[in-house]
Amino acid sequence: MSVVIETPNSPRTRKGANWEKYGWLFMRVSGPLLVVLVFTHLVVNLVLGDGIKAIDFAFVAGKWADPFWQVWDLAMLWLAMIHGTNGMRTIVNDYTEKVKVRKALITSLWAVCGLLILLGTLVIFTFDPCPAGAAAELLPSFCPASN
Amino acid sequence: MANEAIAEVTSFKVTLFIRRFDPEVDQEPKWVDYDVEMYGTDRVLDALHKVKWELDGSLTFRRSCAHGVCGSDAMRINGRNRLACKTLIKDLDITQPIYIEPIKGLPVEKDLIVDMNPFYQAYKDVNPFLIASDKPAKERLQSPEDRARYDDTTKCILCAACTTSCPVFWTDGQYFGPAAIVNAHRFIFDSRDEAAQVRLDILNDKEGVWRCRTTFNCTEACPRGIEVTKAIAEVKQAILRGRP
Repeated sequence: MSVVIETPNSPRTRKGANWEKYGWLFMRVSGPLLVVLVFTHLVVNLVLGDGIKAIDFAFVAGKWADPFWQVWDLAMLWLAMIHGTNGMRTIVNDYTEKVKVRKALITSLWAVCGLLILLGTLVIFTFDPCPAGAAAELLPSFCPASN
Repeated sequence: MANEAIAEVTSFKVTLFIRRFDPEVDQEPKWVDYDVEMYGTDRVLDALHKVKWELDGSLTFRRSCAHGVCGSDAMRINGRNRLACKTLIKDLDITQPIYIEPIKGLPVEKDLIVDMNPFYQAYKDVNPFLIASDKPAKERLQSPEDRARYDDTTKCILCAACTTSCPVFWTDGQYFGPAAIVNAHRFIFDSRDEAAQVRLDILNDKEGVWRCRTTFNCTEACPRGIEVTKAIAEVKQAILRGRP
């Protein structure tokens, strides 16, 4: 008489989509990108040209009039915010024991992240380099009022 | 005869601080100290035996083979997970007391004994057995290269030293833990096994390999010298590739 051995384990059932793999990949891709973005940003702003003394309203306005720096700063903003928030989410997952506390912390993390990304994006694209009524010497050279 | 006299084996006194807990009496675990006379050839397990057999018979700990094969006596010795039967007392700093605690992250049942069931459950969940549909009349052949691919992870003795050294496991027992991933690795990369995909799917979970923070605690803790963190990284790579 042969004994029938049932399948020892029933397969695990997964509930909902699994984002962990994509989260992990995002951290690996955005990390090196951020190193390049942030350090180039620092060198361009603080070292090249007149260095730190060059930074004033006109300097920032001049940069954001250029689509290249708009995209650069946009990429830096989005990647840094999502990278940092996802890192904080990982720490929250590792150190909170109560489900409610964890959910509250993670929800507020993403809310703050979303708000900052929204505000930052808005500023980059709606920034007016030549505000009316500003002192002429503070404006970038391409503004009509600066002459 | 006099000049042939064998030098007397020197002994030394060590103080053991043991984290003790009797669920029928204590509310909280407490440190209890014992002074024992030991020799240079003695291991921490011998010191525990000395306490249990000569000083206090109520001391409770697990040990079976006492020679580093069965994996019963993993404990936290001076803050590091080790096997008591493989740790020589003379290799520790004997000018200081030796602190012995149960492994962390699993419920303490009594003294140095913890409930291993959550640990074994994670092990069971990765299907730690060969899954093959063919019915060969003889053994399944495998090249030495294919065998070498997963050689490191065959060494696991399920002592739980790695899993209970993992900070992620300490705060959240839901994480599969290094030992379960090591044992999944052993079959995922076995050329004779057909269910690598099933195991990769199981470990591609919220509580799977992605919770690993590569702190290398597990690799340092493993009494068998398995490169645990490397094995976990290989499983991560396999999940990204979608095949072993």
